[in-house]
Amino acid sequence: MMSINHFLIFTTLLFLIGLYGALSRRNMIGILMSIEIMLNAVNLNFIFFSRFLDVPAETAQVFAIFVIVLAAATAAVGLAIVLQIYRNQKTIYTDEIDLLKW
Amino acid sequence: MSFLSWLILLPIIGIVGILFVHRDRTQLVRVIATIVTGIELVLTIVLMTRFSLVESGMQFVEHVFWIPQLGVYYHVGIDGISLIMLLTTTLLSFLACIASFGIKERVKEYFVLYLLLVMGMIGTFVSLDLFLFYIFWEVVLVPMYFLIGIWGGERKEYAAIKFFLYTLFGSLFMLVGILALYLTNTPHTFDMLALAQANANYSLHFQQIIFLALFLGFAIKVPIWPFHTWLPDAHVEAPTPISVILAGVLLKMGTYGFFRIAYPIVPQGAHWFAPALAVLAVIGIVYGGFVAFAQTDFKKMVAYSSVSHMGFVLLGLSVFTSTGFHGALLQMFTHGLITGCLFLLVGVLYDRAHTRDMDAFGGLWAKLPVYGSILIFCSMASLGLPSLAGFVSEFMVLLGSFPVYRWITVISCIGILLAAAYLLYMIQRVLLGKQNPKWAQLKDISAREIFTLAPLMILILLVGIYPKIVLQLMTPTLEALIRSVGGTLL
Amino acid sequence: MVDILKIALIPGLPLISFVVLTFFGRKLKRKSAWVAISASIGSCALSFCQILPVTSGATTHITFPWLVINQVPIEFGALIDPLAAMMLFVVTFVGSLIVIYSTGYMHDDPRFPKFFAYLSLFLFSMLGLVISPTLVQIYLFWELVGLSSYFLIGFWFEKYSAAQAGRKAFITNRIGDIGFFLGIMTFFYATKTVRFVDINPALAHTYAGSFAVGVASLLLFCGAIGKSAQFPLHVWLPDAMEGPTPVSALIHAATMVAAGIYLVARLFPLFQVFPDASQVVAIIGTITAFGAAFFALTQWDIKKVLAYSTISQLGFMVTALGVGGFSAGTFHLMTHAFFKALLFLGAGSVIHGSSVQDMREMGGLKKEMPVTFWTFVVATFAIAGFPPLAGFWSKDEILLAAFEHHHLVIFWTLALTTMMTSFYMFRLLFLTFFGAKRNKHHAHESPVSMTAPLIVLAFGSAVIGLPGSPLMHHWFQGFLSSGHHEEIHMNGFVVSISVASAAIGLALATWFYLIQPGLSKKLAEKNWLLYSASQHKLWFDEFYDATAIRAFKTSSKKLLDFDAAVVDGAVNQTGIQTVNMSRIKNWIDRYIVDGFVNFTGWFVSTVSGIGRLIQTGFIHNYLLFVLLGLLIILYAAL
Repeated sequence: MMSINHFLIFTTLLFLIGLYGALSRRNMIGILMSIEIMLNAVNLNFIFFSRFLDVPAETAQVFAIFVIVLAAATAAVGLAIVLQIYRNQKTIYTDEIDLLKW
Repeated sequence: MSFLSWLILLPIIGIVGILFVHRDRTQLVRVIATIVTGIELVLTIVLMTRFSLVESGMQFVEHVFWIPQLGVYYHVGIDGISLIMLLTTTLLSFLACIASFGIKERVKEYFVLYLLLVMGMIGTFVSLDLFLFYIFWEVVLVPMYFLIGIWGGERKEYAAIKFFLYTLFGSLFMLVGILALYLTNTPHTFDMLALAQANANYSLHFQQIIFLALFLGFAIKVPIWPFHTWLPDAHVEAPTPISVILAGVLLKMGTYGFFRIAYPIVPQGAHWFAPALAVLAVIGIVYGGFVAFAQTDFKKMVAYSSVSHMGFVLLGLSVFTSTGFHGALLQMFTHGLITGCLFLLVGVLYDRAHTRDMDAFGGLWAKLPVYGSILIFCSMASLGLPSLAGFVSEFMVLLGSFPVYRWITVISCIGILLAAAYLLYMIQRVLLGKQNPKWAQLKDISAREIFTLAPLMILILLVGIYPKIVLQLMTPTLEALIRSVGGTLL
Repeated sequence: MVDILKIALIPGLPLISFVVLTFFGRKLKRKSAWVAISASIGSCALSFCQILPVTSGATTHITFPWLVINQVPIEFGALIDPLAAMMLFVVTFVGSLIVIYSTGYMHDDPRFPKFFAYLSLFLFSMLGLVISPTLVQIYLFWELVGLSSYFLIGFWFEKYSAAQAGRKAFITNRIGDIGFFLGIMTFFYATKTVRFVDINPALAHTYAGSFAVGVASLLLFCGAIGKSAQFPLHVWLPDAMEGPTPVSALIHAATMVAAGIYLVARLFPLFQVFPDASQVVAIIGTITAFGAAFFALTQWDIKKVLAYSTISQLGFMVTALGVGGFSAGTFHLMTHAFFKALLFLGAGSVIHGSSVQDMREMGGLKKEMPVTFWTFVVATFAIAGFPPLAGFWSKDEILLAAFEHHHLVIFWTLALTTMMTSFYMFRLLFLTFFGAKRNKHHAHESPVSMTAPLIVLAFGSAVIGLPGSPLMHHWFQGFLSSGHHEEIHMNGFVVSISVASAAIGLALATWFYLIQPGLSKKLAEKNWLLYSASQHKLWFDEFYDATAIRAFKTSSKKLLDFDAAVVDGAVNQTGIQTVNMSRIKNWIDRYIVDGFVNFTGWFVSTVSGIGRLIQTGFIHNYLLFVLLGLLIILYAAL
């Protein structure tokens, strides 16, 4: 019988992989993907808590679905930004772009 | 139907319409502006037919709250005085609009500003609320500034700035006067009629100060000697249609101010200053005539002749007799017609020859017979030939002032002589004498130009032969005014 | 209504002709003469319809209000009384003849239609003037005749002198008209009327002591001084001869210049109650009559002689009215219109035929231009005052009036002037038509259109004096003064003086110009001062140029400079000083007020410059900061 701790360890690892990716990748697409991984790790966390703790199933599911929608929106906006940046700067490597510093 | 609001609103509709037209479609822009000013003219004529000739008070009144906290109303209405000025304004702005077809640069901007100018002028002549009046008064300045400053001649910037600052300087004093009136009255009000009704409450000293403040504002606009020097500069630099408007309508805003504001609201102050006004008037008449004679620039000569002729208006105003007032108001109308014609004629010549130096011409009558005849007609009107309009008004002014200021009237008569001198001298230098071969290629006046002149000339002749057609519009109002300000019905 | 229309058409027909010719003249070309002729003859016929009832004592007076001033209506309309009837007769009759004559004289002019348009305009204005029932209407048409005169003098406007002369005429007239205008106002305010029917002996006696009315009558006379070219405003008329000769005949001899006399005649009751005023009138008339005759003695230009003669004759009329001879003055007006028109038309015929205007280049035209010559002889005898021609009767009556009213100085001056008149007229006749031909041009007689009017006028000049002569019991005088009949007795002494002076003039002229041609030159050299005084018209023009006109021009220039320097200078100085003030303010503003503001800004930006170092712009760094922040929060929370 697997306890909740196993699952939590799994999601923590997944989250850290995402975090590592987000901090270390130069490619923006990669960063976006890493962010997706982090979001999904959190999502899994919600599902596991719903399964193992005594909370109404809907609470967690609502959150999960909400996060999925959010992730989809993030991906859409993010990719659009990336596309625009690529069009204007001809690159998607973050260390070549410092537009935030005016 | 609210005629007056439509009159004010129409130019704005026209402006909006023009703004939606592409800048290259100049013909459409011109047509829109012409239609708008044409409708204005038609509306005014309809207004005249519905105007009651027995009532002395305001007609077609509209009276709604605008800024209740300050007691500001949107209050418009017309009486005989306004009606005459309204007619002058719409007629001249229609004709000047047609004359503006000669403008080739930045046509869209030109007509937008032009319509704004028209709106301001109409608003000035119909508003019965000092606040509203002041706004329209200033609205006129801005488009005028640009119209001179952009479409003007060589020294256009200088002339435009001088015009703007000088008139603004005057109107600030006027504003002070208006505010003083507002604050003195309880309850605070900007309503001209209410202020006029309460004029018994103002002390003589107060009236004198207020009159002086208003006088400065109006005097610069008229212009009364010695505040006249902006006028020649502005006229010389302004494009022809704008000169027409400037001389025909803008100058009258000053004298209209006396009729509408200064006299009814502070009558005692006006009485106190009347002799001074008469002296300034006669100085203006004679001085303007002399200086006009010395000019070589055609347009400057006409401009100085305006100084001289507006002196007659002031003289009529200063005498407080019914005849004098009639004469002054009629002179405002006729001078608008005549000087409008003269400026158009100067423009016709300038468009062809690109010079206004009268000495450079000579013998043009043989070359341009129609133009020459029209120019002589208008000059004769201007020098006060009987049977043309200028005579009737000057005759009435002098007749009205004679029993009041005998010697001043006698000296003013010199002005009539001077008018003959400088106008005939002009005719001789431009039209008569040997033909200058330099101008052998000039073309005679075109049909469009005749079209702009013909209505004015017909009116000049009509008013000259039977002045009653115009005088009957003003009589009830002026007699009521005389009664309320305490003049004689002489 | 029909009556009103009939009267209205008298000036109306020429007006219609003027309008038609103005707008369609260029299409009508030669035919335009017919328009003008039919209009003038039409109004002539209509005038006769009006004149006939007047001879039997009926007076027409129609008015309608034009302006209302002080509840007093100023009216327009028509007044046809004997005086107006006489003027109507003269103007329409002589006018029609001259219009016909002009078709010949102006035949080759490129502006042929325009000329007839102006003539019609003139006839319209003059007829309007004649039938005026009020002072205001007469003033209105007064100016209009001035206008048409201006146009016609300057008809050949390419010529500088013509344009100049037109302007001079207009402005000189305006000077008189200002007096006229002031006179109208003074009169109006004093008597509350401007109607001529009210200006009668009864009204005159009411205001006999009134200073204002006296001044008014003199001011009104100023108008007459200008229009009738009396001293000191006579200078315009000789110059007006720049116009075509028919114009000189019609406007500057027969009709328009007589308008001044007409006005004085209209105001005659006033002058009768103001002896001082009529004294002034008489003196001005005498000075003019004598002075102009003196100038005429030595002129060489044929039209100039006639012009001065006109001024002189107008002086006679004014004198007559001044000394109280109402019918004498108006009678002379009528006779003068005939013979002076004839003289001018004759001179025109001479100029047309011989193409010269200077009498020194004429001579011997008697044979070549017989019709012109004989009609000219009639006119010369008429103006010189030989009985029984027209001029004799009227001039004699003027002398009689002066004599009977005991103005002896005036009487003798006029007698002397009569002699001079006779002299210069015969001088003109002899120089032009007699003697040897002095130039090579071939002269020819003028066409019928020109000679026919000459013949009619010659006939008129011969007989028009008869209605006022004792032969017809002074019918004309009775007609004019209808009612209060002036008794006129021929005075043998006056008649003999009059005839004698005319005869002496004739004798002298014969002596100088036919018998001893060299004598006049010698005499002129001996009395060179007198001679050049006459030749240069006493330097009047030069005097006016040097004083009034120069003063006018200088003051106008001076005022222009004043305007630019002082009035406008003040405005511009205000502007410049304002700009200077704002420069100073600008310095203060920039270095003190704004300095503080700028320091604040500088301080903030320096400090923030340090802080901004951590803003690298790389997204990684920001993410790292986020993570660090998160860790710090976690640490704090735990």
